[in-house]
Amino acid sequence: MELTRRDALAALAASGALVAGGASLTWDRLSRADGEHGEGESAAFDGEEVATLVAVATVLYPSAATGVPEFVETYVVGRIRDRPAYAAGVRDVLSTLDASAESWYGGRYATLDDGDRDGLLRELGVATAEPNPDGTDAERLRYYLVNELLYAFYASPTGGRLVGIENPQGYPGGLESYRRGPRS
Amino acid sequence: MSDGSGGSDGTRAGTGGEADRRPSGRVDVCVIGSGPAGALVAATLARRGRDVVVLEAGRRFDPAERLRQMERSIRPGGGSVWEMGGARDAFTSPGERRYPLNAARVKGVGGSTLHWQGMVMRLHELDFERRTREGVADDWPIGYDDLAPYYARAERELGVAGAVDDPFAPPRDGPFPMPAFPPSYGDSLFADACERLGVAMHSVGNARNSEAYDGRGPCVGYGTCKPVCPSGAKYTAEVHVAEAEAEGARVVDRAAVQRLEHGDSGEVVEAAVYATPDGEEHRQEARRFVVACGGVETPRLLLLSASDRHPDGLANSSGLVGRYFMDHLFAGVGGRLDEPTRQNHVGFITSECHQFYDDPGRATRGIPGTDADVGSIKLEFLNYAGPSPVEMALGAEEWGDDLLSVLREAYGNEIAMGALVGQLPRRENRVALDRSRTDDHGNPVPAIHWRIDDRTKRTIERANEIQRAILSELGVEITWTVGPENTGPAFHHMGTTRMGTDPEESVVDSTLRTHDLDNCWIASSGVFVTSGAMNPTLTIAALALRVADHVDETL
Repeated sequence: MELTRRDALAALAASGALVAGGASLTWDRLSRADGEHGEGESAAFDGEEVATLVAVATVLYPSAATGVPEFVETYVVGRIRDRPAYAAGVRDVLSTLDASAESWYGGRYATLDDGDRDGLLRELGVATAEPNPDGTDAERLRYYLVNELLYAFYASPTGGRLVGIENPQGYPGGLESYRRGPRS
Repeated sequence: MSDGSGGSDGTRAGTGGEADRRPSGRVDVCVIGSGPAGALVAATLARRGRDVVVLEAGRRFDPAERLRQMERSIRPGGGSVWEMGGARDAFTSPGERRYPLNAARVKGVGGSTLHWQGMVMRLHELDFERRTREGVADDWPIGYDDLAPYYARAERELGVAGAVDDPFAPPRDGPFPMPAFPPSYGDSLFADACERLGVAMHSVGNARNSEAYDGRGPCVGYGTCKPVCPSGAKYTAEVHVAEAEAEGARVVDRAAVQRLEHGDSGEVVEAAVYATPDGEEHRQEARRFVVACGGVETPRLLLLSASDRHPDGLANSSGLVGRYFMDHLFAGVGGRLDEPTRQNHVGFITSECHQFYDDPGRATRGIPGTDADVGSIKLEFLNYAGPSPVEMALGAEEWGDDLLSVLREAYGNEIAMGALVGQLPRRENRVALDRSRTDDHGNPVPAIHWRIDDRTKRTIERANEIQRAILSELGVEITWTVGPENTGPAFHHMGTTRMGTDPEESVVDSTLRTHDLDNCWIASSGVFVTSGAMNPTLTIAALALRVADHVDETL
């Protein structure tokens, strides 16, 4: 199932990020050199951080989901562009994850195969960690990466549709879907 | 009338931590609390040119925060959406059954309508005459007819979407302000089974816009009505706070009233003493006072206001302040059907059944009757049975394809019914002061003494019996029941400052003025004599409008 930038915008709406237009939500937006950010905007994510983010999303999302890099780009940029502190939290856990990948598997997270990506998250305790932005590494990974990306996916109509609900909680999908039967 | 410039020193309170919260000069009316009762009183009196100050213990939540609050409500680990808890909101629950008070209320401009479900029904005529017609509890000093015009006004003020299709409803003049929300697909699954059993389904009154109303847009289906509606389609008392302010009233947030002070005679309240975040205490003087801070904080404030003249607390010559605390109890049955049930698209319900309200023991052609002594039952057909996939995903230990499989297995076939039942007023159920524990200002915290009596338990069992019959007729594999042993409160605080004609048996008279104090009214479900089984807010609103009329007449 193809994820689109429109899905990402829907997820952003559900997360409280009010976005006037999706076209400008590209990594480019965050890639300006230091000192060129607009007031309140987050500093850049470098290419390796972007690759790690997409690699995590690929592990978290069902294999049926396609278009993950573009979805993640639009969602994450929209999510953090005006929230420097939040962006710093995301960057911090990306660094933690890459450092763990380097020391335990000998390479950055994005370079690992699917099994090792999955395995590393589990070995770090992320699967069972309580989400907490101020907690342990596992708790912060759960908060800033895993639950962030899962929220984006399952609060979007495309992610919801995979489960069987095109108007998932958090998505303002209107007043028609609750009246529709499964075959209409 | 106030010119909106606020205090006697020409200052005006704002909303931030640095706002000027010094008192206004002696105003016409001081309202304590900005929930639906306080906001409606304030707006009504301000419209009529009265000089009004509202003191609210909590802060003002910016509507721009709502989407983030919604996300916090869905994602685990986000904490209390409305910031309840901590020293400010400390309480104890020493009764037989624990009462989760801070899940049941909100302190903030708008009060508990910030997190309410938004269901609005009129009480039945029977609810006002339980002693006369059933031989239990007590009669109210007013009847349904006294409140009917105020119910109609309240429906317009809140904006109620409804239909005149409930054959069991009390009489009414005219339609609802907005059309009812159409029934859900889930409702249609219930319809045939209910028809076969002789059970009537009908629409639900919702204080939620089914179309644009009063400057607010229609519901867009976020599905998170409780605890937060980001779109503004669900009514909150912020609507009337804004109107009150537009009409010149002054609303001071983070102004926790510590006590009421009376004059030398002990017969009138002179001032509300309130604390502000800067650690200062202030006195707001007024000609009239309306206490509207809910069924728990209202009796607590009266008890905290004890003086030499009133050693047991203000308005408490009867000794009944805090007594006869009631809540509604939840009864429910649910399970799985072998076909999709389409749940969790919206966060509100669209069909109910009031058939077992006035005659809960009645038989239908498919459900046996009972002669047991039971109370009113309100049945609900839920649109949010079973898990929300997004919430479930965020708490799961799987991800990828495994997670999707788990979600598909868990979501899609759940179906459930809920019900509210009332409890009889009993003296021993009460809100008291716990002097062993203090809040952030050193005041004794409220202690909730609460137990559920046998009649209420029988009523829950009767509700479960009806629910099981309907779900079984539908072919549901029943997997859970909320019955007498695992029931919980519906978060409707009622009965702690009851209304009556005898000052020895009640706290307020039929105008909701306290028997003991000439210039003090109580607008709250605390004045309910009986609880009924209907969600109380529409009745709270109707009573508040009536209070405003009575206060206005005395000015």
